Amino acid sequence: MLQHPPNPDLIFTWGNPSRGDDALGPAMYELLQKEDLNGVDLLTDFQLQIEHTIDLEGRKRVLFVDASTSASAPFEFFRLQPEQDASYTTHAMSPQALLSVYRQVNGSNPPPAWLLSIRGYEFGLGLPLSTEANRNLLAAINHIKLLLDPAQPL
Amino acid sequence: MSSNLETADNPKKLERVVINPLTRVEGHGKVTLLQDENLHIKQARLHIVEFRGFEKFIQGRPYWELPVLVQRLCGICPVSHHLAAAKATDMLVGTTQLTPTAEKIRRLMHYGQTLQSHALHFFHLCSPDLLFGFDDDVRHRNIVGVIEDNPDIAKQGVLLRKYGQEVIRLTAGKRIHGTGAIPGGVNKALNREEIDYLQKDIGQIVQWGQDAVELIKRIFFEQLDYHMAFAAIDTNMMSMIGANGEFDIYHGGLRAKDADGGTIFDHVDYTCYSDYIREGVKNWSYMKFPFIEALGAENGWYRVGPLARVNNCDYFSTPLAEQQRKRFMDAGGGRPVQASLAYHWARQIELLYCTEAIRELLLDPDISGTELLNRGELQHCGVGVLEAPRGTLFHHYEIDDDGIVNKANLIVSTTNNNQAMNESIRQVAGMYLDGRQLTEPLLNQIEVAIRAYDPCLSCATHAMGKMPLEIILVNEKEEVIDRLEKRVTGEIQRTFS
Repeated sequence: MLQHPPNPDLIFTWGNPSRGDDALGPAMYELLQKEDLNGVDLLTDFQLQIEHTIDLEGRKRVLFVDASTSASAPFEFFRLQPEQDASYTTHAMSPQALLSVYRQVNGSNPPPAWLLSIRGYEFGLGLPLSTEANRNLLAAINHIKLLLDPAQPL
Repeated sequence: MSSNLETADNPKKLERVVINPLTRVEGHGKVTLLQDENLHIKQARLHIVEFRGFEKFIQGRPYWELPVLVQRLCGICPVSHHLAAAKATDMLVGTTQLTPTAEKIRRLMHYGQTLQSHALHFFHLCSPDLLFGFDDDVRHRNIVGVIEDNPDIAKQGVLLRKYGQEVIRLTAGKRIHGTGAIPGGVNKALNREEIDYLQKDIGQIVQWGQDAVELIKRIFFEQLDYHMAFAAIDTNMMSMIGANGEFDIYHGGLRAKDADGGTIFDHVDYTCYSDYIREGVKNWSYMKFPFIEALGAENGWYRVGPLARVNNCDYFSTPLAEQQRKRFMDAGGGRPVQASLAYHWARQIELLYCTEAIRELLLDPDISGTELLNRGELQHCGVGVLEAPRGTLFHHYEIDDDGIVNKANLIVSTTNNNQAMNESIRQVAGMYLDGRQLTEPLLNQIEVAIRAYDPCLSCATHAMGKMPLEIILVNEKEEVIDRLEKRVTGEIQRTFS
């Protein structure tokens, strides 16, 4: 097969690398790629969409990572539940909506999922990651490392 | 050709309704409607936040970065920008003819992109409106409603889209930020394992493509009069066309026809696009209004995208899509089909074509060839044009002696359709809203008209928690007197001042 069987854990980041702090998700992806993460798959995309339900299949845990304009700094971390929200009907879905589509399409509950929502500030085209967002990113990756520590269950 | 609802005589004395932003339309769009005291619509405008900063983002970069860089302009159709930029850079590096392998790999990538984009639009974004009717309860007008009532359809939508993404991944090298197309060619062909992988499911994918066309056709004919009349406007249409008049979304000349199907221009070399197309401006919109120069701004605006492409072409080169095209053209009764909702029908014919074209290419030995590049002498100007899922996409660059971009001009599909979308909402406003109290289902009809064009209004930035729909009533003193808010949960709340 062209793709290896899914690892139990998935970290899915998203955002546009060239839109200021919207790059927080992809930047996290870059940082995590340098880590030696056993049993973890890393994926990134511009935004969440319906086909990503397939990426959730066969997982034991899923962590979504995104930039947020409203989260408390440096980040917010919380458990997600499947939820039908208005993002169902846009080109970019929320992770809750994705979980809901998973349940509807597959007829079973999605894997347990959490969202790490990192506070961003500037989202203009061509802007670099802001200093504050970069600080929040580093705090967030430390939190992920703790989460992946077998002694620290999610 | 423009409607008289573009500008009201005394706008200060009218009530203003703002729909902001649009649901199921990416990015930030806003519709403003001005009503007089008798509830008559006096003005209707679609405001779109333009892709401002594109040119600045690109200028100063070396040309060889362009095919990768421009993917970040838009997260909705990055592959279209990737390929349009690659075509422009082909010209910059003096490539007049791609190798067969390079062209076919690029075509495969493009068909994969168009397939996944059209699948999302039909199965996810627009099918709720079509399957359940425009006045269906708002809570049911979403994918949950589709899945509950038609679970197989929803699953097909997911799998069709995933298949298109897999074609992109294997031809572009990555799921996103692909590097497959480079100036003068491609950097990889497909190996046997990759071809086998894609061939495994292509029979099912073609079948689902056929099913999708049959479904939209059935829906369309169930209420034929309504679908033909809703948001229908008589327009010129422009698209790319193959050398023999065949449907082609990757390469060819430009063809424009008038509302009756008469030829305005044909087989125009797209590198000379600026001799035929002008970009007008209006003081109430950030977005430009392109028009055919020979006809002028008032009469020269046009539509692009699936409706224009299927109307304009002489034939499809694949048998199943060609069979469907003939049935489509019959609906026009000898004229081009002008119904805006026929975009959905045309879009699924294109989806079917893409599945057939992918199947053919997967049997072509050239896609695993080794001749990937073909370059000549460096040029200072490059123009790349193709048919993106939403319509004709222009990339135009000029570089200095060091290969640094010093001028860039992009005309994206949604910009090409700007005037047409405005005219469509004016038609709907005049037909369905005039003289009536504004309600959510009525306002949704405005959105249905816009969604037919599948506009892409954003560059993939997103922020959770933003209001998906807000309607504000403002009186002549600019005071908010009524506010209708659709929250992210789908809950509707009305606030009176």
